[in-house]
Amino acid sequence: MKLMNLMAGAAMALGLAAPAVAQEPVKAGFIYVGPIGDGGWTYEHNQSRLAVEEHFGDKVETVYQESVPEGADAERAITQMALNGADIIFTTSFGYMDATMNVAKKFPNVKFEHATGYKRAENVGTYSARFYEGRAVQGLIAGRMTKSNIVGYIASFPIPEVIRGINSAYIHAKKENPDVQFKIIWAYTWFDPAKEADAATALIEQGADVILQHTDSTAPHAVAEKAGGVITFGQASDMAEYKPMPRVSSIIDNWAPYYIERIQAVMDGTWKSDDTWDGIGEGMVKIGEITDAVPADVKADALALKEAIASGEYHPFTGPLNRQDGSAWLAEGETAEDETLLGMNFFVEGIEAEMPQ
Amino acid sequence: MDLSAIDPQILVASLMVASTPILLAALGELVVERSGVLNLGVEGMMITGAICGFAIAVETGSPALGFLAAMAGSALLSLVFGVLTQIFLSNQVATGLALTLFGLGLSALLGQGYVGIKPPPTTDLNFGPLRDIPVLGPILFQHDAVVYLSLILVAGVWAVLKFTRAGLVLRAVGENHDAAHALGYKVVRIRLLAIMFGGALAGLGGAYLSLVRVPQWTEGMTAGAGWIALAIVVFASWKAPRILLGAYLFGGVTVLQLNLQAAGVAIPVEYLSMSPYLITILVLVIISSDRSRVALNAPASLGRTFHASS
Amino acid sequence: MAVVLTMIAGGILFAVLGNDPLVAIRTIFWDPLFGEFAFYYRPQLLVKGAPLILIAIGLSLGFRAGIWNIGAEGQYIVGAICGAAVGLAFYPLQSVFVFPLMVLSGALGGMAWAMVPALLKVRFGTNEILVSLMLVYVAENLLAAMALGPLRNPDGMGFPGSRNLAQYESADSWIAEAAGLHWGVVAAVLAAICAHLLLKRHILGFQIRLTGQSRRAARFAGVRPNALVLFCLGLSGALAGLAGLFEVAGPSGQISIDFNSGYGFTAIIVAFLGRLHPLGIVLGGLLLALTYIGGEIAQSQLGLPAAAIQAFQGMLLFFLLGVDVLTNYRIRIGRTETA
Repeated sequence: MKLMNLMAGAAMALGLAAPAVAQEPVKAGFIYVGPIGDGGWTYEHNQSRLAVEEHFGDKVETVYQESVPEGADAERAITQMALNGADIIFTTSFGYMDATMNVAKKFPNVKFEHATGYKRAENVGTYSARFYEGRAVQGLIAGRMTKSNIVGYIASFPIPEVIRGINSAYIHAKKENPDVQFKIIWAYTWFDPAKEADAATALIEQGADVILQHTDSTAPHAVAEKAGGVITFGQASDMAEYKPMPRVSSIIDNWAPYYIERIQAVMDGTWKSDDTWDGIGEGMVKIGEITDAVPADVKADALALKEAIASGEYHPFTGPLNRQDGSAWLAEGETAEDETLLGMNFFVEGIEAEMPQ
Repeated sequence: MDLSAIDPQILVASLMVASTPILLAALGELVVERSGVLNLGVEGMMITGAICGFAIAVETGSPALGFLAAMAGSALLSLVFGVLTQIFLSNQVATGLALTLFGLGLSALLGQGYVGIKPPPTTDLNFGPLRDIPVLGPILFQHDAVVYLSLILVAGVWAVLKFTRAGLVLRAVGENHDAAHALGYKVVRIRLLAIMFGGALAGLGGAYLSLVRVPQWTEGMTAGAGWIALAIVVFASWKAPRILLGAYLFGGVTVLQLNLQAAGVAIPVEYLSMSPYLITILVLVIISSDRSRVALNAPASLGRTFHASS
Repeated sequence: MAVVLTMIAGGILFAVLGNDPLVAIRTIFWDPLFGEFAFYYRPQLLVKGAPLILIAIGLSLGFRAGIWNIGAEGQYIVGAICGAAVGLAFYPLQSVFVFPLMVLSGALGGMAWAMVPALLKVRFGTNEILVSLMLVYVAENLLAAMALGPLRNPDGMGFPGSRNLAQYESADSWIAEAAGLHWGVVAAVLAAICAHLLLKRHILGFQIRLTGQSRRAARFAGVRPNALVLFCLGLSGALAGLAGLFEVAGPSGQISIDFNSGYGFTAIIVAFLGRLHPLGIVLGGLLLALTYIGGEIAQSQLGLPAAAIQAFQGMLLFFLLGVDVLTNYRIRIGRTETA
């Protein structure tokens, strides 16, 4: 057993030595939770990896592993990349949090970037995107476009990230259209095309003519297209193949600028652990093309809202806002603190659906 | 909460569509199990059918050719299972699991070029004025051909098993392969045919998923439908008409659950999702506890290896 | 021979995908054992192989007696849930009793889940293959309910998943992480030895083997079939539950929505690869662990898609199962000739 420890020690020393040589390309590793062909979350991370390769050319070498189950397998996959000389490793799912932290402890000189988590260390940074900013734009379009005043929302799991999105979309839909009503389905999956399709069907049958989704497949678009007269929004990726109808716009996760910036920092030796939470302004959240299916005035207002959020002059969670139970949350003009948003576990006033327990 | 938002006839119609893939796969597996073979590779065959059908439909522009290709592809895959278990006498459970693993991998490889493509549309059959009959119209006369095909197949399998000589032979092989062998039936050949039939139907079900119900190709898109099909066979106690009931129950629970949520009813989703499986166990217990209904029980040779030397 | 066949077929597959087949094969089979970083991968073989072996040993006893428990996946999940629940209930108490209690409740949980098909079979004659399989789905839904509900980490910002047990000292199943050694590995080795002794030396082992060969003969020899069903299913359930517990308290660390990664099903394949012999199962488990780990290396080093690895594993299993039976068959024919 001592021998083993000794050898593990040697491995760390090896990891230590790797980034020192300036001529060697920087090696960046990516751990994906789904297949790169999922058309959503993992697809976009991989697109951004390809953008990194394009940007740096020979100066960077990237490796990735797809469909890595969370838990023990993730820890091994990350360790293996670190052993093979990766200088920086991006772990792109919340469930990799503890695995990332464990591996980071063993490889103090390798940098780690964990997406959507909240645990950090000397060599572990976290990053996520303010998707709720994009949701605000979607909410505006949804509120203006709906004729039945029923907006369907396919949600994944009742976690803060998803709840934030629902609240943000609802607030801005309501602002445009006081009669709007949200029907929410919790699919309890991030990716199950058949179930997402069924959920979309159920929503459409119950009168929804706008479908928002926080799941990753394009199945709801296909259903909406077949139903006709229903609009949808791309999630995570542009889902451009359903333009101009039903997909009228999208939220695109654009990780490329961030990845390029962080890898550059590793090259320059200036990398430091931090917590990045960027939105439209920094370019991490992109709003996909708003198609001509949206009337010009709605489109103009949506773009204006996007600009206001990007420049920082408007915050999607600005008071007065109450919680669902009617208790006061934000006073007039007050904006939500990141702390509250990160742990958000309540709906805002007006949403009728109950939060699952 | 607004239950009035749920339109029962539309609910039934969409339930039929949602249940068709599992119905087809379960029907195929029923025939396989009736011949005394347990093939746990349904999931692998379904997903292979999903990509074969999708790829061919996209290349040729014809959904019909796609469905045929799906059946052929999955039947071919099931033949691997058949040869291993019937000729090389490998264990059925282990081989079936390996088949699922292989099918998932193979389909993802084949499908690499087909992500994000839209398949040619499948049109609903046109029954003219019949479509507009109140209540019955939307339920019975506004579907695509495969839905009707699946219903015809259920009736067909039921009739063949019950009334024809071929069905009798198949059941004999499943109940007692040694006796069937002694009577001069080619046990191995019959079982191979049954396995291929099961593969073809599983493939058709998979293709229905990728061509009609979702419709698109994504890796791992069957997401466990093949396993549900296995449960349905048990639930149906190896009777074809009950497959229909089982498939609509299993598919219905999902559709109903989503509809209730959309209507604003807070429900414990996980507990509701387990209920069909618990019901299946209950059904199993009931049919096995009653001696007089022993005929309803599992084929006696299910899962046993047949070896003709003795 | 099966491995050679797979290598040839796999080589063709990899070549079609545009990779050097020799390099790919070497990466999968050679690098984890003797490559540059073998000191890390070899212990990982234990981590990956231990639950497979532990479950497969339990299953093999039943399989030998013609009792088919294919719901080990469910028993694995329930064992993990029960064990983790006990551990979480004591959090943050530090005591030497916490871990043994968790082990006990993990084993009992898995056993209880397996007793359902066992009792139904004994009482009503219900087919245990199907009941145990159905219970897998029930367990999966139960797992999701637990990860989102009662066992959710109160400090987890509302994300699904429990506290990390590997970071809770009293509940940690690691003995020496760098060596890949946790209590599950110890249990797997013990189980293999005990199973071997049981089959070779104990009357119960004789009864199991006899029942597998001829039910009638077994009855004449005084075997009580019902007791045997309860024993085999209960034991395999307990071992699967233990495997789940050790996994959740060590390598995985927490209950999450998709905590189970198919060990229960893969273990069935392992049991047959090992021809239902304890020693064979240990080898079979390690071989499968090798293809998993080698496959991961091939993915990240050579950029092979995960799907190619999966297809490759499936192929390996086909060949192993096919060839395995061929050899069996030859022996059997040989025997009949001498007899």
